[in-house]
Amino acid sequence: MRGRGGWLRVAAPIFVGAMLLGLWQAAVVIEHVPPYILPGPIAIAAALRSDGPSLLLSLLVTLRVTFAALAAAAILGGALAFLFSLSRVLALCLFPYAVILQVTPIVAIAPLIIIWVQQPFLALLVCAWIVAFFPIVANTTIGLNSADRNLLALFRLYRASPTQTLLYLKLPTALPYFLAGLRISGGLALIGAVVAEFVAGTGGTETGLAFRILEAGYRLAIPRLFAALLLLSLSGIAIYLVIDFAARLALRHWHESALDEEPD
Amino acid sequence: MRCRRLRAAPLSDVAPSGASCGGNASGGGARRNLITARRAIDGPGRRDGILLPLRMIVSDLAGEAIISLRGIHKRFRTGVTALEAIDLDIHRGEFVSLLGPSGCGKSTLLRIIAGLSQPTLGERSLRLGNSGRPGEEAAGRIGFVFQDPTLMPWSTVLGNVLLPLRLAGRIGPAERERAAAELHAVGLAGFEHAYPRQLSVGMRMRVSIARALVTGPDLLLMDEPFAALDEITRMGLNDDLLQLWAARRATVVFVTHSVFESVFLSTRVAVMSARPARIVADLAIDLPHPRERELRTSAGYAAFCRTVSAHLGRAMEVRL
Ligand SMILES: Nc1ncnc2c1ncn2[C@@H]1O[C@H](COP(=O)(O)OP(=O)(O)O)[C@@H](O)[C@H]1O
Ligand SMILES: [Mg+2]
Repeated sequence: MRGRGGWLRVAAPIFVGAMLLGLWQAAVVIEHVPPYILPGPIAIAAALRSDGPSLLLSLLVTLRVTFAALAAAAILGGALAFLFSLSRVLALCLFPYAVILQVTPIVAIAPLIIIWVQQPFLALLVCAWIVAFFPIVANTTIGLNSADRNLLALFRLYRASPTQTLLYLKLPTALPYFLAGLRISGGLALIGAVVAEFVAGTGGTETGLAFRILEAGYRLAIPRLFAALLLLSLSGIAIYLVIDFAARLALRHWHESALDEEPD
Repeated sequence: MRCRRLRAAPLSDVAPSGASCGGNASGGGARRNLITARRAIDGPGRRDGILLPLRMIVSDLAGEAIISLRGIHKRFRTGVTALEAIDLDIHRGEFVSLLGPSGCGKSTLLRIIAGLSQPTLGERSLRLGNSGRPGEEAAGRIGFVFQDPTLMPWSTVLGNVLLPLRLAGRIGPAERERAAAELHAVGLAGFEHAYPRQLSVGMRMRVSIARALVTGPDLLLMDEPFAALDEITRMGLNDDLLQLWAARRATVVFVTHSVFESVFLSTRVAVMSARPARIVADLAIDLPHPRERELRTSAGYAAFCRTVSAHLGRAMEVRL
């Protein structure tokens, strides 16, 4: 983000956004669009001000599920990938089931999970985890098997133990792949949490943001619905940026993906 | 022209003064470091590493073959026969080039010498320190340099050079010092904390050589290490490699497809035929040491190049 055009990268999207918001507000006012069809930005901002605190509380509930699912996806996904890299047979046996879990629409199996898993938080977590874990497993498995052939030969020449080979060669090789998976899974975990909340409804004592969106829809409180939507997408962007930043930090010295275009 | 034994390199090369290569002013220090590193690798139970310099001199006089290959065949599962009846003895202190057309099986042969690949038929015996298991030499006795630098991009230059020592045990100040000295010897002092991507390809190759030398190997195997480099970088590395070889009194097996490079570097050139490869000529290169750049324009050098070229030409004809 440094160097020439750095400020432009920030200013240009903001300018475009402001223009679009202005056009939106103008269109709503000129065409007399009722707020239960399409509220203007000003109405949404007002809803955000009045309902903001309670929406934020709901967002917190959703984010708790999201981060718990992402952490579980990272740990279990990484561990599964490690097992796959140890044994080809195990990978051949289990990988198809990981694929099946991945391609089955979460909306379709969420009701089952919610019935099976009694504890509401845990049920939501399982749903979000199912959506989030696959990119990490798939990427990390490839990463662990991508170690340079000649480096592997060198490790063999120096009689490295399997642990040493894992620690000094396979894990560092897999790190960029793992982080690429994590980047995708961050967004997916949020989507998974929201979808699960939609299916689960309010259920327990705490209501997540997804339920607030549903509720606002039933009540035709469309400005509040938009405000909740806004919070949700801002959270998604924030999650992505945080993971992206962490990934760049971890890879900044060596991986092509984290390097400036023109090194100096 | 057939050579059975190394024309013993002048003993003066053994003296610490010979170690003043690549700007390393403290050859004696480097030798001491080498011994310290050995001790660290071998552990207190093994004493032969400590006695190594003396043993090397003695065995040079005896002309001991440290590699013996007998009737080596290699057939891959794909059905490709890469090697056919290779017999080769390499003696301590020799610089042997394996010269042959691309794809003839030079890398395969080098991997078999290293123990990274098993021959289909034939026998390989190495007379290096034993690991305790039958037929297996101790780790760190063999250094290997690939055609690509093959560095770990996530590790600094120092970290890369430390790798063989790290795989042998704990890293302490002595090991760090040893790796730094090795970098100094290849002309990379001051680049310890750079990352490989910040270096030119030639410098990366130097790191790769420093890594191969850091355990003080008896045997250095190099697989077309300079093939991807430009002429100028390549000549510089040729000169430095010869100096390192003389200073360390190591044994080098060097794969190349360049006649000129093989003659300039080697005490002996083994010419291989096209696949399936045999060794069709084994030529001693009786040019004086130390070899400086002027040698490249001398009549003697040209004559050897012509002879080697002729053998290589004939080797390829046979198969056509
Ligand atoms: N792992 C392998 N499996 C099958 N064939 C191989 C393998 N490695 C090398 N070969 C074949 O063996 C022959 C010799 O290869 P190589 O030793 O790499 O040649 P060189 O190093 O002389 O260029 C080539 O024809 C190559 O295709
Ligand atoms: Mg090759």
